[in-house]
Amino acid sequence: MTDLLEIRNLKIGATSYPPGEPPREVTLVHGLSLTLAKGRVMGLIGESGAGKSTIGLAAMAYGRGGAQITGGEVLLNGIDILQSGPAGLRALRGKRVTYVAQSAAAAFNPSRRLMHQVIETTLAAGVPLAEAEARAVALFRKLGLPNPETIGRRYPHQVSGGQLQRVMTAMALCPGPELVVFDEPTTALDVTTQIDVLAAIKEAIRDTGVAALYITHDLAVVAQVADEIMVLRNGRMVECGETSQIIHSPREAYTSDLVSVRQKDHPAKPPGTTALLSIRGVTARYPGVPVDVLKGITLDLAPGQTLAVVGESGSGKSTLARAITGLLPPSQGEIFFDGRALPPKLAGRSPDDLRELQMIYQMADTAMNPRQTVGTIIGRPLQFYFGLRGAEKRKRILELLEEIELGAGFADRYPAELSGGQKQRVCIARALAAKPRLILCDEVTSALDPLVADGILKLLLDLQREEGVAYLFITHDLATVRAIADQIAVMYRGKVVRSGPKAEVLAPPFDDYTDLLLSSAPEMRQGWLEEVIAHRKMAAGGN
Amino acid sequence: MNAGSLLGLVAQRIALGLVLLLAASALIFAGTQILPGDVAQSILGQSATPQALANLRAELGLDQPALTRYFSWLAGALQGDLGNALSNGQDIATSMSHRLGNTLFLAGTAAIIAVPLALILGLVSVRYQGRWPDKVISGVTLATVSVPEFMLGYIAMFLLAVQFQVFPSVSTIYDGMSLGEQLQAIALPALVMVLVVLGHMMRMTRAAILNVMQSAYIETAELKGLRRFTIISRHALPNAIAPIVNVVMLNLAYLVVGVVVVEVVFVYPGMGQYLVDHVSKRDVPVVQACGLVFAAVYIGMNMIADIVALLANPRLRHPK
Repeated sequence: MTDLLEIRNLKIGATSYPPGEPPREVTLVHGLSLTLAKGRVMGLIGESGAGKSTIGLAAMAYGRGGAQITGGEVLLNGIDILQSGPAGLRALRGKRVTYVAQSAAAAFNPSRRLMHQVIETTLAAGVPLAEAEARAVALFRKLGLPNPETIGRRYPHQVSGGQLQRVMTAMALCPGPELVVFDEPTTALDVTTQIDVLAAIKEAIRDTGVAALYITHDLAVVAQVADEIMVLRNGRMVECGETSQIIHSPREAYTSDLVSVRQKDHPAKPPGTTALLSIRGVTARYPGVPVDVLKGITLDLAPGQTLAVVGESGSGKSTLARAITGLLPPSQGEIFFDGRALPPKLAGRSPDDLRELQMIYQMADTAMNPRQTVGTIIGRPLQFYFGLRGAEKRKRILELLEEIELGAGFADRYPAELSGGQKQRVCIARALAAKPRLILCDEVTSALDPLVADGILKLLLDLQREEGVAYLFITHDLATVRAIADQIAVMYRGKVVRSGPKAEVLAPPFDDYTDLLLSSAPEMRQGWLEEVIAHRKMAAGGN
Repeated sequence: MNAGSLLGLVAQRIALGLVLLLAASALIFAGTQILPGDVAQSILGQSATPQALANLRAELGLDQPALTRYFSWLAGALQGDLGNALSNGQDIATSMSHRLGNTLFLAGTAAIIAVPLALILGLVSVRYQGRWPDKVISGVTLATVSVPEFMLGYIAMFLLAVQFQVFPSVSTIYDGMSLGEQLQAIALPALVMVLVVLGHMMRMTRAAILNVMQSAYIETAELKGLRRFTIISRHALPNAIAPIVNVVMLNLAYLVVGVVVVEVVFVYPGMGQYLVDHVSKRDVPVVQACGLVFAAVYIGMNMIADIVALLANPRLRHPK
């Protein structure tokens, strides 16, 4: 067996521009080596900042956003591509090594037809137009795209996200490359869409015999497609081995953490007898759009409990939160808080209504003023709701920082100096500062790495135990639901299709949508993907 | 979204342009009304008798209320009748159409050179971003934008008409000249106008393309191993059309309405010269007519820019 790709002692650096400090050199990848044989698939896994994408792009001798390859060799079929020069790299990129990006929606040129973009490099390699198009259509068919003959005439905005990701895979395979770099190709997709795209990609890899680097932060996903897995952390290799070895008998503690992180199950509290929040037949639509985004939602949440609202994008989860907070007044139905009806509009609510109902967002980055210190951010609600000032306010800020496990030292820092998880903790502290009885959490862990997300969930559970605060927890991720929910509501196209205590909602018999949703969540074992696909084909054939 | 929505949006822009033009006509009319002095007075001079003034006012319809006069002026303008000049009694529409033709000829010549040149220079600037071609192009165009156009006119005249005598310094054109002779005659004002608008268009092209160059699909194109110039012209330019067209149209409008000074410097018989002559004679109807035509050109160009920007959007052109 000959090695297709061999990376030797790769070093990658970049210049970092921290706010208020002089620029400094940082190292992204510290002397990494790997080998990949022809036709094999290696999964690169790690948290953000691990250097996964940086290494993947180095296989194309490309540095993203100022990243520079500062040392080492990248051998493709024994030849160091780092020494190729511009013309050599042009001959390599998009022809012998191709790339599938995380967000196909952004990676396609919006003003050109799909076919044109798919066959662009194939044509440049001298293949006649008719043959290139025939190749593309064959790939569209193999990847299970609808109307393979004509879909190429469409523009990127005319096909769905999952379809676009498959077209991008076709674009990568069309020139007949030796190596494809898949960079989180299914991360941006809904879980029910992800499974089909994943199966299509796996089949295409197997049928074409191409080698691949498969980059993802989701170990369960990579376990389905990779022959071997390399675990990365902070630009260094943690361990590398066959897929079965990594997921069944990891050698390193960090790998075991990654394997077990998604499998937490929080024991549900018994259903409450009183309701803190009661939503009764709420229907809502956005101004100017003649479609109901919420259709007759009825839900209850007991004090001190967690209601997880789960569903895919577009199901109306976040709109429900907007209706509860008064940002989007419902067209029908009522929302009761602690037994009294909440005024539908934000402007009609009393300061106490506002105080008792706080919100935490997915993007902690954009939810904080970058020019205010953490102390100012947390201190604002203390002053606004309780009129605290001076030493009293400072004391409470420090208490809150202790509660979110950050410590007093953070009070004078700016958001830009914090990591993603720390930022989200500050947002939690800001919500807690108001002493709320209900916090709406909108995908608060979705932008975080699994281990960091795990820490946030644990913090939220601790705070609930101490403060008795209730959560309405919006998420698309079932592992998160298991880890935090007492009650679950499954939403689909603006309706609640299933709700109740966690144990009941997650136990059969299921309705069709919940079954689809639950069975689509990747499991940490090899062969899961094939089982699910085979099961679904059988079920479809049986009808 | 259906196919009708693009047509609807275009129709909306056209309607908006017409409303804007109506508003502009009202403003122009109102503006000339609040000018001090009186047309009859300025025709007859300080020594006119009150009776003669009253007679002339009645003859010119100046004794009617302003609103009545506005609507009769507007109705006339819609039918192509812009009234008669006070100073020489000639029909404004007739004498202006000739001048307007000359101005459009000069502006068109300048545009045919300036627009492609600005696009090409913009593309080249992006291709060699931060390197010497970019710096030279930026520096030169910035300099020509910064120098006032009459100054550019005199410099061009001094160098090309006086020192080297390549082109005439006075751009007189008249019926019966061949196209070549006409082009020869307007070479200097056209050159000056190209220099005046080139910098703005080129810099906007450069900025708009550089903005698009940050997009993820440009990285895709780079990872396809395409040549940098192919990436810029095929993947970046089509997505930068809207802002570029906007600034191009603004500059084309400027070529028509903003070149009064250049026309005067080269004694070119265009709209600018015509306007300046009649302003000095306090010939209000001519000033109004010129204002209306300039407003129409400005609004029309911007309307075209809006429509092109709508058409350039693939989401509107090819609805789901």
